[in-house]
Amino acid sequence: MSTTIEVRGLRVVRGGREVLHGIDLDVEAGQVTGLLGPSGSGKTSLLRAVVGAQIVADGSVTVLGLPAGTATPRSRVGYQTQASSVYADLTVLENLDYFAAVLGASRSRVAEVVARVGLAELGSQLALSLSGGELARLSLAAALLNEPEILVLDEPTVGLDPVLRQELWGFFHELADAGTTLFVSSHVMDEADRCDALVLLREGCVLVTGTPESLRRRTGAADLDAAFLALIDEADEGKA
Amino acid sequence: MSTRRTRATALRVLRQLRHDPRTVALLLAVPCVLQILIHALFDSRPAVFQSLGVPLLGLFPFVAMFIVTSITMLRERVSGTLERLMTTPLGRGDLLVGYALAFAVVAAVQVTLVSVLSFGLLGLDSGHRAVFVVALAIANAVLGMSLGLFASAFARTEFQAVQFMPAFILPQILLCGLIVPRDEMAEWLRVVSAVMPLTYAYDALAQLALPAALSARFWADVAVVAGVTVLALGLGAATLRRRTP
Repeated sequence: MSTTIEVRGLRVVRGGREVLHGIDLDVEAGQVTGLLGPSGSGKTSLLRAVVGAQIVADGSVTVLGLPAGTATPRSRVGYQTQASSVYADLTVLENLDYFAAVLGASRSRVAEVVARVGLAELGSQLALSLSGGELARLSLAAALLNEPEILVLDEPTVGLDPVLRQELWGFFHELADAGTTLFVSSHVMDEADRCDALVLLREGCVLVTGTPESLRRRTGAADLDAAFLALIDEADEGKA
Repeated sequence: MSTRRTRATALRVLRQLRHDPRTVALLLAVPCVLQILIHALFDSRPAVFQSLGVPLLGLFPFVAMFIVTSITMLRERVSGTLERLMTTPLGRGDLLVGYALAFAVVAAVQVTLVSVLSFGLLGLDSGHRAVFVVALAIANAVLGMSLGLFASAFARTEFQAVQFMPAFILPQILLCGLIVPRDEMAEWLRVVSAVMPLTYAYDALAQLALPAALSARFWADVAVVAGVTVLALGLGAATLRRRTP
């Protein structure tokens, strides 16, 4: 398996405070890699560094073999921010038409994507009249327009009902099966089990990486929640 | 820069406005109502209306586009759409020129409407130069837009952005020569007004209200307006960062 995102010694300072303290990380191609950790652990800063939106204090982020944020990765990476990041005063289709033009995607691709996320019926609805789940799917659709090789999603399921979350995770795996690399953050531990690989971030450091199975085996815990707590205890004891 | 991306941006901004008919109605109606008010106010002194009416034609779009652009751009920053756009191949020039095109179209409609009203019904006289007035008013709109884009970078909230109107624009209106001619101002006020772009926009418009042939000073004024617009767009581009803290 090949690495598509390579992070080395990444340090990020926000508001005068160091929020990432020298992260090393590899994200494998064609998998769903979950970035988990409590809020404030630095997940968004790490994802923003991967898409090249974050000012980096030190270290390197390589995406598809090139420095993050340069022109080539920009056209091959899809990014969904924590906010829906669509125009509330445009319709679903107007939003997607615009992002398609910006990303250089065809108009037929808009129809394809809008059907794919199940918004075909709502094409002429204003974004501000959509429900939270519909808005999340519109935001995801916009990130899918250019058929990105890497999809970076910042808490795409936050605030959504369990049915919709299940649906979205199913969709993420379909994309991964088709060869897309997904790097998805969440602060909900029960979503960890839906990922192929996990990165647990805590207080700006990578606590542990591995598959859900390997983490369970290593800690002897039945569920991932307990496994993470055991790992945190282990790390704290190491520090003391 | 890419024409497809620039055109798409202009179209997108216009579509956003189209979904906000109340704003469009206000943009078009308010200058007309104000012009009618001023006409009525100076009913007995048509010379005053003549000297105020032409410059005001150019000032309305300047003020309106400053406000509309600074709020639209601020929303773009706050809602996360700007961050999304900055992670795509869209260039900063595509975004800024797209905005400029869209608001120039709106300004053209606005100015045409007030001009038809002023020159047609209210008896304002600009001789054969009504076309110049319209062109200069559109240039003023783009100037207001570019200053609004730049100013929006310094606002964190819509409240702050709205306060930039009295902070950035009102002093320029007070000192541009519209209220007190510049040669009657205290020396330091004249110096301050000399560095304000609206002073030159006003000066050019005021010359259009006079029957005399256009002098080199008119074209120098126009050059300053164009130069400041390009400068403000450049400064605005510098505030659009792909990477932010």
